[in-house]
Amino acid sequence: MTTIFGVALPVLTGQFLIGLINGSFYALLSLGLAVIFGLLRIVNFAHGAFYMLGAFAAWMLLNYAGIGYWGALFLAPLVVAVVGMVIERTMLRALYGLDHLYGLLFTFGLALLLEGGFRHYFGTSGQPYAAPEALRGATNIGFMVLPNYRGWVVLASLVVCLGTWAIIEKTKIGAYLRAATENSTLVQAFGVNVPVLLTLTYGFGCALAGVAGVLAAPLFQVSPLMGSNLIIIVFAVVVIGGMGSILGAIVTGYMLGIVEGLCKVFYPEAANIVVFVIMAIVLLLRPAGLFGKDS
Amino acid sequence: MKNLKTIILSTVFTLSATAAFADPYRIGVLTDMSGMNYDLAGQGSVVAAQMAVEDFGGKLLGEDIEVIVGDHQNKPDVGSTLARTWIDEQNVVAVVDVPTSSVAMAVQEITRQKDTAFLISTAGSSALTAEACSASTAQWTWDTYALANGTGRALTQGGAKKWYFITVDYTFGHALEADTTQAVTAAGGEVIGSVRHPRETTDFSSYILQAQASGADVIALANSSGDTMTALKQMQEFGITEAGQKVAGMLLFLTDVQGVGLDIAQDLTLTTAFYWDMDDATREWSARYSERMEGKKPTMVHAGVYSAVMNYLKAAEASGQAKSGSKVMETMRGMDINDFFNRNAYLREDGRVVHDMFLVRVKKPSESTSEGDLYEVLATIPGNEAFASLENSTCPLVKK
Repeated sequence: MTTIFGVALPVLTGQFLIGLINGSFYALLSLGLAVIFGLLRIVNFAHGAFYMLGAFAAWMLLNYAGIGYWGALFLAPLVVAVVGMVIERTMLRALYGLDHLYGLLFTFGLALLLEGGFRHYFGTSGQPYAAPEALRGATNIGFMVLPNYRGWVVLASLVVCLGTWAIIEKTKIGAYLRAATENSTLVQAFGVNVPVLLTLTYGFGCALAGVAGVLAAPLFQVSPLMGSNLIIIVFAVVVIGGMGSILGAIVTGYMLGIVEGLCKVFYPEAANIVVFVIMAIVLLLRPAGLFGKDS
Repeated sequence: MKNLKTIILSTVFTLSATAAFADPYRIGVLTDMSGMNYDLAGQGSVVAAQMAVEDFGGKLLGEDIEVIVGDHQNKPDVGSTLARTWIDEQNVVAVVDVPTSSVAMAVQEITRQKDTAFLISTAGSSALTAEACSASTAQWTWDTYALANGTGRALTQGGAKKWYFITVDYTFGHALEADTTQAVTAAGGEVIGSVRHPRETTDFSSYILQAQASGADVIALANSSGDTMTALKQMQEFGITEAGQKVAGMLLFLTDVQGVGLDIAQDLTLTTAFYWDMDDATREWSARYSERMEGKKPTMVHAGVYSAVMNYLKAAEASGQAKSGSKVMETMRGMDINDFFNRNAYLREDGRVVHDMFLVRVKKPSESTSEGDLYEVLATIPGNEAFASLENSTCPLVKK
């Protein structure tokens, strides 16, 4: 059997694929962060909480309203987006003119409140949420057994990520958004309602976290802590990709998922710090991030 | 400016005066109020301690008893600082519960120095009563040796000879893996590999693939709560049991089994110190607990906290003082500590409370008649077989 550094090739390919699955979550979440930071200049520390909210919304839709996975995949992100937009309209808006630090602290506090609230009502053990009937089971693809649901996660996240990138980079709405970040006064003078644009953007960013939450629900426990477990890594991904760079967030997300996956084979003890080591190296060599523009 | 000084000074004097005046004895429940151990210990441990104090009558040696709570956030530095402040400034005479072995290790150093009673219910590293043992400690509920021995031996004797470990990378995981390895080899099995993961891992698939490829008969999870639940859930995804490999959760609390659901947990064999539905006494206490906990069933940790606090109070009353933890423990060694939780129990000089343990099987969804109906008790493991004997003890307090 072919081996690379003493690890059999099939095992390695399997790990590569698994890295890609985790990378899907990193990409989805860091994409939302990048959109929000790119356009609103808000470091959204509540992103992990919105991810958790997405998963809980799916769980609640199932248990209180009888709406299954496919319905939740559309409804839960909508719920999260509405919550996000209300928060943007009523609170976050007041912080736009201030230093980044205020937005960071505010969203961090918000995350603690949301998590604390859910912890109070649901505890920390988490709620089980089953994968939809059509995606249960696993397929033997030669070098590994791939659970069908995980294959779906990679596919879904790729579609969402590329779709978002296309909207922002290739459409007229995206052009308005990008223009509004460059010079909002001028864009407003052209008759574009910038405040509404910003609210929608924040809502959209939160909805992306919600999508990730629904995708994650059948894989992990639906637990109040699920967001805080992930958010720090996702921030590292954004920093490595370059703050605010959409493409950077997507590519770095998948790439780091793979690096982490391989690390779990060669040196498992370092798996939870490898992302941060890479972050430190990138910051030393390219302070603006891999895809960031020096400004 | 002068005014401000007066205010500060008078406040300080008032505060110190109230502190000195009629301080009640305090029982400090030091637990995880915000992290992944919240359900299995957390608020339930606080309620259990309060129940014990109320049932005891609320007074110790003529003084009031008060239960206070601290959140150690699963961090050893936070835990030991809290414990030190409690003992130094708040008249805490017993520190109780303390999930997470690394935190318990740090706290035990403080309670040893201060000679304060340390009643461990959740922390399970067997090192706490071995090389790190302390004269003022009682490890009440379980330890890694007992679980390893119970589950490890039962499965190996049942024909599962080759073991692979997925182990959490800190004190507790290492102890659980080492203890299980010993039990497995003693029963004629062998360990063919292991992989270590950081605490609070969200994705186990890499480790599961490695375990799957190892060709082991059993994949043993030497981790706890959130990690165990995620791993169990993901192992089902990868079709581990369908492909013929067995899964063993070395430490499973009732709340973990509820968390993953019977669909996934069914037929797991595990070792526990307590199950609410064993006899009238356990049911009676559990019903009282449930009433105060929105209908939730107690874990072994909660029952252990109650039993530990109750017996501590009895022993302190009998020894005529509460301040010296080691003297209270000395009294307790001569006492009968059997109750609804403790069966055939006694406290050893290394701090281990020896009592019967139970080998149970998780019911299938079709066998379970109510939400809390989760286990079938397979066998009682007598205390002397369940826990490590004193013969090879590395505890310096054990006289040989």
